Amino acid sequence: MAEFLSLHDAVARYVTDGATVAMEGFTHLIPFAAGHEVIRQKKRDLTLIRMTPDLIYDQMIGAGCASKLIFSWGGNPGVGSLHRLRDAVEKGWPHQIEILEHSHAAMANAFEAGASGLPLAVLRGYIGSDLPKVNDQIKFIECPFTGERLAAVPAIRPDVSIVHAQKADRNGNVLVKGIIGVQKEAVLAATHSIVTVEEIVDELDVHANACVIPGWVISAVVEAPAGAKPSYTHGYYSRSNKFYKDWDAIARDREAFTAWLDEHVFAAGQDNGDTA
Amino acid sequence: MSERYDSSEMMTVTAARALHNGQSCFVGIGLPSEAANLARLTHAPDVVLIYESGTLQTKPEVLPLSIGDGELCETALTTVSVPEMFRYWVQGGQIDVGFLGAAQVDKYANLNTTLIGDYTQPKVRLPGGGGAPEMATCTGEIFITLKHSKRTFVDAADFITTVGFGRDGTARDNVPNIGRGPTRIITDLCVMQPDTQTKELTVTSLHPGVTRAQVEEATGWAIRFAADLGETPEPDDHELEVLRDLKARTEKHHSEA
Repeated sequence: MAEFLSLHDAVARYVTDGATVAMEGFTHLIPFAAGHEVIRQKKRDLTLIRMTPDLIYDQMIGAGCASKLIFSWGGNPGVGSLHRLRDAVEKGWPHQIEILEHSHAAMANAFEAGASGLPLAVLRGYIGSDLPKVNDQIKFIECPFTGERLAAVPAIRPDVSIVHAQKADRNGNVLVKGIIGVQKEAVLAATHSIVTVEEIVDELDVHANACVIPGWVISAVVEAPAGAKPSYTHGYYSRSNKFYKDWDAIARDREAFTAWLDEHVFAAGQDNGDTA
Repeated sequence: MSERYDSSEMMTVTAARALHNGQSCFVGIGLPSEAANLARLTHAPDVVLIYESGTLQTKPEVLPLSIGDGELCETALTTVSVPEMFRYWVQGGQIDVGFLGAAQVDKYANLNTTLIGDYTQPKVRLPGGGGAPEMATCTGEIFITLKHSKRTFVDAADFITTVGFGRDGTARDNVPNIGRGPTRIITDLCVMQPDTQTKELTVTSLHPGVTRAQVEEATGWAIRFAADLGETPEPDDHELEVLRDLKARTEKHHSEA
């Protein structure tokens, strides 16, 4: 049964130093408010998992929260590089981080395997790619029925997954709508989960096949209006493409980044003050 | 080169024409998305466009800036989860064509979107694989579009993120359940196709006004030309008008929010 907590208390309880954390949302419903709370609470040594690290992990890596990143596409969508990620990988600032990179197909399968309680995911993948040479988490197995060579990757089993969604009812049942990414898989794969929502309502008002995550598989539900900005929440607000473009200049420069972090994350309390 | 159009427009229109009406196409962001939507808005109204964010049969009014723009979902027939996208739709063999870009393409059409230099000490770190590695092997065939330069067309990719035909042209030989791989590469100078025997990329048509010397100068290996080298047909006025409208409203849309 989901507990209704403040963002501060949910992060303080479930995101511990050294934890493996997946904060998902496939360029939609990115849980920025929660990411900023992790930064404010100065969590350290996290293994961060996300298919598309996006600005949220660029900010958390730049703020020194991460020691390891598992990902499959690490750019600023439509704009270019994630400069804080690159600075950490290429120059070791603020410190060196280890990276493990996959393809999207492998990570999506690994989330699904985690949700399915399996130790591994099997896919027809990575044929001819150099990725298996640099990621020891990619292996190949032989199909016991056909003999076909298939890729295998370990299931993703985060200590805590954090996702954003449109709304929850008063029992903590959550509706996810639009581009649903791996939101449900991330929650089900994790030991603990935090779901931030735009609003808490009396009735979810859904059709029979809607993507609903039942409250009894969620650890904590947090009301966080605008909690995905500057990404977007389908039906509530659109993506601030301007912020994604502006981020390029902010993140290029360590001083500009640090000043931005001080003003828009540390000084902003629990408000998600980064929106354009 | 004509005064009616520039080399970028020539590239996009040529890439768009590669898609046939009714095909299903997995679309990469950027130039592939521009070309695939131009095809949909001109000669191929029933082309099925699929983006890796899970949006099936999408008809965006403006080109998406990111792979997960709300526009893609709002104009789609339906939107599926990302695991379903990669398992049922890509791996399941439902997609005819994958349309990709890249930072580097080599002689055997291998794509690099991972890094320039050495893996542990990269000179330039690029975003990585995303959906491309499996798209390149699970779809029927692959089209690639990018601008032609010595920096992008290299003899051997620094890192093979996404396989074309491997380091020696044989990577697909005797592999079960694998697509045909790259069948054409459309640049701002020419169209290239893999040699039927060696799989080495070979120029099969030059865009109007482009010389062999220009292509040789912009390619990082001794590029070959097909014996029956042709000239790429020019864009027509309708295609240019639709493309310019699409780009103008995209520009306007993304500068607003």
